[in-house]
Amino acid sequence: MDHPIKRDHARFRKIVKGKIRDNLRRYISEGQQIIPKGDDSFKVPMPSIDIPRFKFGDKSQGGSGQGKGEKGDPVDGEPGEGEPGQGEAGEGEGSKELEVEMNVEELAKILGEELSLPNIEPKGKKQMSSTVDKYTSIGTVGPDSLKHLKRTYKEALKRQMSMGTYDPMNPRVIPIRKDYRFRSSDSKVEMQNAAVVIYMMDVSGSMGEEQKEIVRTESFWINLWLKSQYKDIEVRYIIHDATAKEVDENTFFRTRESGGTLISSAFKLCQEIIESDYNPAEWNIYPFHFSDGDNWSADDTKFCLQLLDDFLLPNSNMFCYGQVESRYGSGQFYKDLFQKYGTDKENVILSKIKNKEAILDSIKDFLGKGN
Amino acid sequence: MLRTKPISGDLLELQRTVQGYADDYGLSYFPQIFEMCDYDTINILAAQGGFPIRYPHWKFGMDYDQLSKGYRYGVQKIYEMVINTDPCYAYLLEVNSRLDQKLVMAHVYGHNDFFKNNLWFSTTNRRMMDVMANNGTKMRRYMERYGQNNVEAFIDKVLSLENLIDINNLFETSERKSKREKIEEKYREEQEVGGYLVDDRSEALKSFMRENQRKAGDIEINPPEREELVAEKNIEKGNRDILQFLSKYAPIEDWQADIISCIREEAYYFLPQRITKIMNEGWASYWHSKIMTEKLMDPSEFIDFAKVHGGVMAMSKKNINPYKIGIELMRDIEYRWNTGRHGKEYNECTNMYDRENWDTKDMKGREKIFSVRKTHNDISFIDEFLTPEFCNRQQLFTYKHNPRTNRMEIDTRDFQAIKQKLLMGLTNFGSPIIHIEDANYKNRKELLIKHDHRGVDLDMQFANETLRNIHGIWKRPVTLATISEDKEILVQFDGNELSVNNS
Repeated sequence: MDHPIKRDHARFRKIVKGKIRDNLRRYISEGQQIIPKGDDSFKVPMPSIDIPRFKFGDKSQGGSGQGKGEKGDPVDGEPGEGEPGQGEAGEGEGSKELEVEMNVEELAKILGEELSLPNIEPKGKKQMSSTVDKYTSIGTVGPDSLKHLKRTYKEALKRQMSMGTYDPMNPRVIPIRKDYRFRSSDSKVEMQNAAVVIYMMDVSGSMGEEQKEIVRTESFWINLWLKSQYKDIEVRYIIHDATAKEVDENTFFRTRESGGTLISSAFKLCQEIIESDYNPAEWNIYPFHFSDGDNWSADDTKFCLQLLDDFLLPNSNMFCYGQVESRYGSGQFYKDLFQKYGTDKENVILSKIKNKEAILDSIKDFLGKGN
Repeated sequence: MLRTKPISGDLLELQRTVQGYADDYGLSYFPQIFEMCDYDTINILAAQGGFPIRYPHWKFGMDYDQLSKGYRYGVQKIYEMVINTDPCYAYLLEVNSRLDQKLVMAHVYGHNDFFKNNLWFSTTNRRMMDVMANNGTKMRRYMERYGQNNVEAFIDKVLSLENLIDINNLFETSERKSKREKIEEKYREEQEVGGYLVDDRSEALKSFMRENQRKAGDIEINPPEREELVAEKNIEKGNRDILQFLSKYAPIEDWQADIISCIREEAYYFLPQRITKIMNEGWASYWHSKIMTEKLMDPSEFIDFAKVHGGVMAMSKKNINPYKIGIELMRDIEYRWNTGRHGKEYNECTNMYDRENWDTKDMKGREKIFSVRKTHNDISFIDEFLTPEFCNRQQLFTYKHNPRTNRMEIDTRDFQAIKQKLLMGLTNFGSPIIHIEDANYKNRKELLIKHDHRGVDLDMQFANETLRNIHGIWKRPVTLATISEDKEILVQFDGNELSVNNS
């Protein structure tokens, strides 16, 4: 049986998840407080899970320390540093800020439960399969670098025991060539379903910092959700004003251009990317476009609709357009799209994002259909 | 659920050797039991304050989460753990090297001697393992009966008040004792009226038994006595043991009063360790260092020993390392009493040359530190033995927040200032002093508690949350009188909202 503390631990995790769920709107509207940690997990800061107590405020208190330095020198380092090797019973006023680790599945599950998001059915796509080599077995041949010493010596010991040459008083085990054992690989067929998300954003003068922040936050959560739904996911970024170019993630959120807006340029580039890299028969494709709704001309808008009809819509799981409200944008593009597709068209999703508080609802708009 | 096993063979042999040296040096200790465990187990034990069985609560899970993470990332490593019981239990980590085990054993004998001989520990219950296990059983039973969420929510509230106990209750003066006995007698009389058993068992046990009887239908529900005690509550003015006050007078169920008693009992058990941290670690480090370097260590282990010992003694600019200050102060006292550098004659000597070379060859140092470990706690230890020379040698300083640069900066190396700062941090085991001011505030059974402000403000966000929790037990408006940013204020929570008024 497991130690009862595992139950306390499970309880703690449950409380933490509840807290995140309760504060999800805050986490989302206040931007990226959740820090990705690389290995598919995230650090979530938890300000107030600790049991409140009457205690002294930090700043006015100051303290005492040990070491070199003159009056006025900064006191660096973290509190508690240089205090290893303890574990005295009953001590430990844990007042440090708590950071909890969550993996993609856990965090996405919270998002999914809060927004009651349906799971995505990858549809109309052939599932790709690929073979993966996994080093899970032992063989008698192989390169030296894969030699399994423990198994090798075990074999040698077995051989010496059975031959009677092993002397417990002088326990010397010498492997010979035929004792050698090596790690070896097994081939496994893995089914894959892969998805690509293509973010397009209008970076013309009217899109300000706040608008970009909204797009950034929204794309973080959308990626998170799609990551939990697909084994393999790729993300591409396109920025555009009157012309479009593909950029990396960092540039995507930092660039600010000025000048006109031709949305069709982005759609064209998006089409090129799909045509060259992502066979729609194998990939689940998600183009997202964010802008403030201004387009250069009605002609260009017409061209956009044509691009959508001819290529993007037939080849994508869904096409999402998020219109971020800005002081300068007219919001015309949303109206045009709405007029054409309304709410009936299966795989076109339109959403207006007024401000940061509206991000959560917009995510629900996008992902709520389960396409 | 045996996750630890007694040590055997080689290590048992080692323990005999260490114990022999401890005897030679004159340490006196409870029977010592070492148990071996793996890392996960020591994390569990550490999260539970050293005890194998506690009541169910998520905070143990939280501490376990943090400890396991610290271990995985390699930023933290627990070498040993020892708990204050008779016999004294200590846990060794199986992955530790033999040198580590030697050091830990020697260190543990130091702690064991301190637990047994320091007077502040003299009233602790040395069979605490049983008490903790019983408290666990009781709370589990309450959870079955009243629902886990209910009971857990109540425990949350009580834990929030865990530090509202009175350090003076570790000992009772005759005056306090007679006052307590008078109150208890009255309490008993009132209980007899309600048909309760008269006995001298602990409050926790009694209320537990009452609980059972009530369930069995022996006693009527809602005993009347709590209502009638309004007058008596005012004798409580000045009482810092707010947990006890609440368990006696708050309009709560018996099982809730019992939970308060359990948590209070455990808080008092851990209190002596909180007020002797520097001395306790200093004493144990003094002995592991002595025994290792003079007796136990193989010359080949020297480098490794220096590394481990140095790690434990590391100085920090942001904190006083109790191990370091403790061991150095113990050694300083030994040196001063060996050479007679104390008392009127030495203190009044102004000749720097004489002072520098002062040596009466008293050789009373060892004797002195043995008596210091018997009678002092951290406050009196620092107050009496910290010297300007020592502060200088240890490079101590105080720091404070500079609002202009928004960082912590070194403030001064002045002896008095350092001493003041250290003592302030140790006062009332580092917690704010808060007492009952009026248990019938505004003549409306409201509760007024007062913070004895000594220069440092409370963390108001935490204070507000804590007030809510007191209200959750007291069920009438609760007001806290304190000082914030040089203004006297009254913070009140009336069950709906929080208000702050100048007083």
